[in-house]
Amino acid sequence: MIDKSLRWVDDRLGVAKGGRTFLDKIFPDHWSFMLGEIALYSFVVLLGTGIFLSLYYVPSAHEVIYNGSYLPLRGTKVSEAYASSVGLSFDVKSGLLMRQAHHWAADIFLGSIAVHMARVFFTGAFRKPREFNWIVGSTLLLLGIVNGFLGYSLPDDLVSGTGIRIAYSIMESIPLVGSYLGSFVFGGDYPGNGIIIPRFFLLHILIVPLLILGLLGAHLGLLVKQKHTQFKGEGRTEHNVVGSPMFPNFMAKTTGFLFITAGAIFLLGGFAQINPIWQFGQYEPYQISYAVQPDWYMGWLDGALRIMPSWEWVGWGHTWPLEVFLPAVLFPGIIFNLIFAWPFLEAWRTKDYGYHNLLDRPRDRPKRTAAGAAVLTLLFTLFCASSTDVLANFFQIKLQTVLWFFRIVVILFPMIAYYLAFRICHEMLEAEAGGAGPGGRIGKRKRALVVTRSESGEFATHPSEPRPGDGTEELEPIPVPTFIDLTPADLATGEGVRRVLR
Amino acid sequence: MSAKSRGKDAPPAVPADDPHLQPYAKHPDRAQLVAALAMVVGMIGFVGFGIAYWVGDQVQWEAALLGIGMLGLGFGVTAWGKYLMPRGPFVEERHDFHSTEPERDAMSAAVVERGGMVVKRRKVLGGLFALGSTVMAVVLAFPLIRSLGPKPGTGLATTNWRKGSRVVTVDGRPVSVYDLEVGGVLTVFPEGYEGISNDQVILIRLQGGDQPVTLTTPGRTDWTVYGYVAYSKMCTHLGCPVGLYQEQLHKLVCPCHQSIFDVTAGAIPDFGPAPRPLPQLPLAVDATGYLRSQGGFNQPVGPGYWERP
Repeated sequence: MIDKSLRWVDDRLGVAKGGRTFLDKIFPDHWSFMLGEIALYSFVVLLGTGIFLSLYYVPSAHEVIYNGSYLPLRGTKVSEAYASSVGLSFDVKSGLLMRQAHHWAADIFLGSIAVHMARVFFTGAFRKPREFNWIVGSTLLLLGIVNGFLGYSLPDDLVSGTGIRIAYSIMESIPLVGSYLGSFVFGGDYPGNGIIIPRFFLLHILIVPLLILGLLGAHLGLLVKQKHTQFKGEGRTEHNVVGSPMFPNFMAKTTGFLFITAGAIFLLGGFAQINPIWQFGQYEPYQISYAVQPDWYMGWLDGALRIMPSWEWVGWGHTWPLEVFLPAVLFPGIIFNLIFAWPFLEAWRTKDYGYHNLLDRPRDRPKRTAAGAAVLTLLFTLFCASSTDVLANFFQIKLQTVLWFFRIVVILFPMIAYYLAFRICHEMLEAEAGGAGPGGRIGKRKRALVVTRSESGEFATHPSEPRPGDGTEELEPIPVPTFIDLTPADLATGEGVRRVLR
Repeated sequence: MSAKSRGKDAPPAVPADDPHLQPYAKHPDRAQLVAALAMVVGMIGFVGFGIAYWVGDQVQWEAALLGIGMLGLGFGVTAWGKYLMPRGPFVEERHDFHSTEPERDAMSAAVVERGGMVVKRRKVLGGLFALGSTVMAVVLAFPLIRSLGPKPGTGLATTNWRKGSRVVTVDGRPVSVYDLEVGGVLTVFPEGYEGISNDQVILIRLQGGDQPVTLTTPGRTDWTVYGYVAYSKMCTHLGCPVGLYQEQLHKLVCPCHQSIFDVTAGAIPDFGPAPRPLPQLPLAVDATGYLRSQGGFNQPVGPGYWERP
């Protein structure tokens, strides 16, 4: 039956050869290769929950009287966008679960992209021939951040409205074109003519997701075409891939992982409240809430804005709001350009223009690892700086002190991180060079050494027993069999049953 | 499958009991039991979700049951894939990405030589096509970009505060000099423009009695009446409402990025990223004791931008 349908399709499309190759495609096994899968599957959840939400959300700034089931808001004047966001949370069955799962999925989408990207960076997977895919992936991160901000803005609640106001002011800060940009995006000087909500809606549910889908296709297509990288190991060379085949192993594991990712997101969506817009209330430009913070992936920009000195400059007949332009436009611009250019910068610095299919361990390239650690430390310090007020309150110290602390450590910490990472890499390499004694590697993990003392007082070390599972010998990799001899070997040859080595 | 389906260069047949084809698990039956259990739990979870949906208003139950359903099914399939499918490892050869040298030459010849030849012969056409495309791009930019919004006007700098504007709350209620206690704050607007972003003003009563406040900023004492001062509520950093007032210190704090403005000194920013003082609104009081403005702000309100006057 299945065989017949396959033949029917192949008669018309000729997919048998390519299809077979695709099913035999080998995926190397390593836990860190599934980080990107988390991103992919949280995007699937985003699409599913997003379609649900778009059925009930009304993208309109039009003012209505809220009349839904959330009593504290009854009778208040709100925008249709806000009313429908609260409505789909409380008056649509399963709506709150879907909305919160959507928000969590977005946070996890960007989180997993960031971690996946760190994996790719620290293992050198971006090197030739995979520069294209590094750029595609970095663009996906950028689009993800943009779409996260757009979606966060849609409910028109007090916190997100403040975010939109800040976004407008950041546009305004760009020299020469700032006020034009703001006016074109908002349909007029702030707050514009109310068109910003339908515009953000269109961008959030159609244009940016389409771009993300297209680039996601390119990302996966390039992965299939160029084949996955792998870590060094027995039988693994620059010219092969060792692992499990697409069908059935990888397909089963990855399908299971889709369900696991989605399950985790829905659990968070139901149990971990996120963005309770009904508590914030409708956005009004003259109202504000305490401890307002954006979603986590915008935190580094918020922190940069907070710790920037007030360096507005007036000159040549114009105002240059450098206290906004430098941290919120130029700085992220530099970071993203550095990310995009990194594969080429590294190749140029190291004069390494060769193909690389085997991955580095982070310690193998101390300078790259140190540079990555420094940038991540910089971004994380800025992220922490986006809660200066909360920290000052919590530790009962002056806000001024917290701010000055961050102004200093934002420069100091990355330098320390660079030095530490660099030293650690070297120590690990040196230890490795001299460390081929007993207790060497067996299976997947290093075995602990047991220290014993003899009767004469002499100390000696012995490798401990392998942990369960670690004793399993790795077999020599073989090509995926195109044919399995179904006649048991013993019957065919009469040599007796072969023992299975395990 | 029969022997005829094997290609000539196919690898040799692998016996069905080859260790590569055996499951990874030492006890496949136990692994199967665990996977099956997980899937059964998952199915029960999904059924439970159906019931929770039908009952309604049970977000935690919905999440728990849907989550258990997905996790159960997911763990089951993953365990199946990891422990019960051929353990491998299998290997696949990589092939060079780049084409052979003759193929590259052919490609390059087609693009560079053929293209160059055609363009060289008909330079005019090439130039005209390039020019035409450029004109199209420029012209299309108008409907695509220029239509998005009006040119930025004076809207960013102007407010609706005029000489004699009545000071009202967001509900349109006029504010009298007796409305606030000392240390009290109120967000106010010019009458008729309640809730307008640019017009928001924070009114603070610094002193009791009917005397003006002596600000440390020279020349502004007559901008205050009955101990009241008024500043634009829009932060000069990024336009957030400067909504936190520290009564003892007489400071206004912006909750967004923690700029701090000194209320007794013309709201100059003495800390944080804000570059300029909050513009001050000169206050007056009318014969009936209601607050009015003497005129507009002393400076344009809000954050900085290129054309800021």
